[in-house]
Amino acid sequence: MKFVCFHLMPYRPLDLEAAKDFRSAWVVLPNSFYDPKKGAAEYDSYLDQLVYAEKLGFDAIGVNEHHQTAYGSMPAPNLIASALIQRTKKIKIAILGRALPLVGNPVNIAEEFAMLDVLSKGRIITGFVRGIGAEYHSTGVNPAFSHERFHEAHDLIIKAWTTPGPFAFDGDHFRLRYVNLWPRPYQTPHPPVWIPSMGSRETIVWASAPERKYPFLVTFSPQTAVVRYLNMYRETAQAHGYTASGDQLGWAVPVYVADTDERARKEAKAGLESLFNNFLPMPWEMLLPPGYTSNASLKVTMKMRPSLGSRPRNQTIDELIANGTAVIGSPQTVREKIERMREQTGFEILVTLPQFGVMPDALALRNMELFASEVMPKLR
Amino acid sequence: MAQDSIHAADRLVTRGISVRVRRAGAGAPLLFLHGIRGFPDWLPFFERLARHYSLLIPEHPCFGASDDPQWLRSVPDLAMYYLDLLDHAYAAPVHVVGHSLGGWIAAEAAVRNTQRFASLTLLAPAGIRIKGIPTADIFMLSPEETARHRFYDQNFAEASLQAAPAPASEAEVDIELQNKLAGVKFSWEPRAFDPDLEKWLHRITVPTHVVWGVEDKILPSAYARLWAERVAGAQLSLIEACGHVPLIEKPDLAAEKILAFLDRVRA
Repeated sequence: MKFVCFHLMPYRPLDLEAAKDFRSAWVVLPNSFYDPKKGAAEYDSYLDQLVYAEKLGFDAIGVNEHHQTAYGSMPAPNLIASALIQRTKKIKIAILGRALPLVGNPVNIAEEFAMLDVLSKGRIITGFVRGIGAEYHSTGVNPAFSHERFHEAHDLIIKAWTTPGPFAFDGDHFRLRYVNLWPRPYQTPHPPVWIPSMGSRETIVWASAPERKYPFLVTFSPQTAVVRYLNMYRETAQAHGYTASGDQLGWAVPVYVADTDERARKEAKAGLESLFNNFLPMPWEMLLPPGYTSNASLKVTMKMRPSLGSRPRNQTIDELIANGTAVIGSPQTVREKIERMREQTGFEILVTLPQFGVMPDALALRNMELFASEVMPKLR
Repeated sequence: MAQDSIHAADRLVTRGISVRVRRAGAGAPLLFLHGIRGFPDWLPFFERLARHYSLLIPEHPCFGASDDPQWLRSVPDLAMYYLDLLDHAYAAPVHVVGHSLGGWIAAEAAVRNTQRFASLTLLAPAGIRIKGIPTADIFMLSPEETARHRFYDQNFAEASLQAAPAPASEAEVDIELQNKLAGVKFSWEPRAFDPDLEKWLHRITVPTHVVWGVEDKILPSAYARLWAERVAGAQLSLIEACGHVPLIEKPDLAAEKILAFLDRVRA
């Protein structure tokens, strides 16, 4: 099993009570809530945590892109990746990922990833995502064309990485006379591409196609959904005519380890509940603007999560543990839960989120240490 | 109406695109273009118009149960579609009335070609932008906020919220989702306007009537004056104590004003 230490870089100094006056911590929460001096200290802490993951033996460290939100402080994750390259030696750096449809010219993404790959001498793992619904509000990009733009941007970036330039690209959304990447990526044929997703059949069919075989990460979902989507990937791969390897199957999950279940639960509670009840919630109009998902997928979501349209209900750590959205407990408990997921899905990429919500540095660091010493070795 | 364009009693086919339609009344032809919420119910407002005119209300392509051509991607595309429809479905020029998105479509069609227009009535049309006078972000509003924004008299908002139970059938869910998707496709960005429309509004040379609820919280009535300025000779009718949907909130007054304007055009 491969282990990624992933970070969202939430803005912990947020006044959680005052922020409740706004409909979400996304898009509409005034940035007067953000104090740049405190933000600078947050970056210091979070970079230290990610750098420490190399010493602890994680295989990769991961960052991601989110816009106009207290949920994460990385509207430009490649800037963080660049800093991480300078402070680490061997560990892979995963950008999970860049939101392809949100940019005017995807060649910029191809260029930046190529730069990072060369700077790091081939330590980059890229992630391609569409951004979440709220980001179609914050960027103005029309969600009705999100899928088209994603696929076209993907084709353009892969071609820019693999086809000698200059070449012309004749897309419907992106039209370029000259595509000619300097620098080109360090890795051959190009850096790995992972697909983080909340899960949808369309994405799985596309990611698992034989010409791509992109590793698929199910993010922050109840265990039943993770099992369903990872097995859907395996079945789809079979239908494509091959057997998916565990290296194509990933699970992204908040993880917290302490010496006992009870202590882990107690220490993780504030962080986890703030992640799901303060940083993440947003109304239906923000989360799923029309067009962001197909109408067919939207109907499935409406049936599965009928409460989504209304004000989100507070979730407790006990519920989140019980439904497997978070893995929290003693080393043995955490090991067993991960083993069980491996038995049910054959997945071999674990993207852990060891710091979440308002969790302070000391707990995050001890969590990482315990996970690395007590959980990781036995799962390798 | 040309018989060969009628596919079924409630469908109309124009160059291969089949849309739902409502027809009523008799007299000179009047085409009504609906707003972003989709195919309207049969309203007392339409009853009033149908007493004097042969009324056709199509459901726009990409909405509800009309065809959803993937190549039809913008309001200018819809405008060209309606120029086709006017050519195919009618032998003579037509009075066109458009509400909100429908007004935008009608104006886009009219700047391209007014030959098939007998007159143009714009009810709180989208389509142009005045910098510094923001419109409501309808895509951010909850269903309740939407209802409250649409009407000045909040009794109408209450009534519309009361009358909105969960969609009864799968088909109704599909229609609602399709309406929302079409609304986003045509007006997410730029938000409900076309940067290239305002500069050509002088091309509209048929009699034009701009009707606006003074208390419109979706598209502020400050926009009415710019429309009236840009379209030469346009008549402006402001409706007091009325929000964005005069056809529901002030149906008699709105219909009266429209009918009086059309009478003058025909005189």
